[in-house]
Amino acid sequence: MAKVLVFCEYNDGKVKNGTLELLSAAQSSGADVTALVLGSTAESVVEQLGHYGAKNVYLCSSADLDSYNPELYTEVTCSALNKAQVDIVLASSSQMGRDLFARVGARLNTGIVSDCTELSLQGDSVKVRKPLYSGKCSAEAEFLNSPTKIVLMRQNQLPIGTPDASASVEVHNLEAPKAATHTTIKEVVRGAMKRLDLTEANIIISGGRGMKDADGFKILEEAADVLGASVGASRAVVDSGWVPHSMQVGQTGKTVAPTLYIACGISGAIQHLAGMSGSKVIVAINKDPEAPIFQKATYGIVGDVFEVLPKLTEELKSVLQ
Amino acid sequence: MRIFVCIKQVPDTETKIKLNASQDGIDESGIKWILNPYDEYAVEEALNLKAAEADSTVTVVSMGPKKRVVDSMRTALAMGADDGIVVDCEQEFDSATAAVTIAKVLKDEGSIGMIFTGMTAIDKNAGIFNEQLAEHLNLAHTNVVTKFSKTGDTCSVERSVEGGTTEVLELKTPAVVGATKGLNTPRYASLPGIMKAKKKPIKEIAFSDLGFSDTQKVKYINYQMPPEKPPVKMIEGDVAVQAKELASLLKNEAKVL
Repeated sequence: MAKVLVFCEYNDGKVKNGTLELLSAAQSSGADVTALVLGSTAESVVEQLGHYGAKNVYLCSSADLDSYNPELYTEVTCSALNKAQVDIVLASSSQMGRDLFARVGARLNTGIVSDCTELSLQGDSVKVRKPLYSGKCSAEAEFLNSPTKIVLMRQNQLPIGTPDASASVEVHNLEAPKAATHTTIKEVVRGAMKRLDLTEANIIISGGRGMKDADGFKILEEAADVLGASVGASRAVVDSGWVPHSMQVGQTGKTVAPTLYIACGISGAIQHLAGMSGSKVIVAINKDPEAPIFQKATYGIVGDVFEVLPKLTEELKSVLQ
Repeated sequence: MRIFVCIKQVPDTETKIKLNASQDGIDESGIKWILNPYDEYAVEEALNLKAAEADSTVTVVSMGPKKRVVDSMRTALAMGADDGIVVDCEQEFDSATAAVTIAKVLKDEGSIGMIFTGMTAIDKNAGIFNEQLAEHLNLAHTNVVTKFSKTGDTCSVERSVEGGTTEVLELKTPAVVGATKGLNTPRYASLPGIMKAKKKPIKEIAFSDLGFSDTQKVKYINYQMPPEKPPVKMIEGDVAVQAKELASLLKNEAKVL
């Protein structure tokens, strides 16, 4: 039986879906599941971790870990891994996940594969696949010279299991890290974003140059309210300053793989397709019937987004009721 | 101060990718190679720092088949970097190997003032080189950086993380800083810059002379092209009909609502 450690990301006392996906995958494979959770409110999610399959939880509740400091996080994570002695580590391929486990992998002299979209755990073996060359092909990653195999999964790729409220966990407290010597966090400015981050969103509605100006994004916001979606953008409109860079999908922006991606007034430059072609269902609304986005789309409408989208929002409202 | 920039050569985004016959890599014939887009931000920031700090030089460092890698190095030299170091390596290598190798090369160079990298390379998109290099050199790192300034022996960096949140960190220098879009606007190489770049020195080191073994941690196998996508279903009719039809398809056929 494989020993698997899942690195927990959480927010306001709630474990993030990306982490729940990993716990569910580990549990359903029959692995012996351990979780690692850091920060002064870590205690608040221990029960949830147990309900989704963790038998053991390593926890460090030092307030120094409330913001991500690579130096401190690397130290604590390596100490947890040395204690837990697992075969496989699963974490989200989030910004924190990549940053932390890159350094952990180097310190423990072991392999790490980031941005995986397929995961199969069987007995002691782990098989992963990831997109390469901006999603133009994919490959299986084989670990070499790696005592612990570190796998970072893209979010929204795996099913979340049913929680078992009767499951119990054993908590192991970790020592607080020593003071950081090289890295100090000066300030964390929380984003004013009321929606889920694009990389975590299940539905994304994105706008391109066809939205005419910054004001044009209002109809995307209205549709997003109805769908519970997050709003993205193409590079062209970010470069024009209509929306912030944090909304950019594609090369030099974010790579996303939601269940539903609605592209409005986006022609579909290869740099944009690189960031969203992993979406399960793609809708394209564009005036130009020759726009490359239609070749990637599941459903297409040729038309003026300012006519089509408000009507669609109305219809979605009624089918969702 | 000696400023280093680690760069990589990658297939142009517009290049069509085909697999090789044994499906353990891509067919490299006919591929157009470019400087990794994120590395342009790294080069630009290094040049800005050089301009701000007296007696500084910028050295670009890379690894890969010498013949090819030198091309993207010339791009960085034409932008204004002073010299280059290339680790000649014909065989395929992973990020872990690159990090160990470049760490050794930089240590051998002696004094390090600052190191810049791109946030990730768009070919394999591992995005772990920056952090691993810092670990091997026992330096602080920050990746995905959108703002950078240096005063004395510390630097201040901003990185934007999920949810539109911005973190401001202070790092002891030298540090390894990973550049992303927003940090600056990379300059274009001028014609005199391109002419000058041809004469700038590039030092060559053979990977096989460094004596590394077992550094490779990850190997990619069983390459596949993406599965054939069924053709797009175009929804016709007037706007009211289209909207109704699409909402119904999303709910009943695609089942994504």
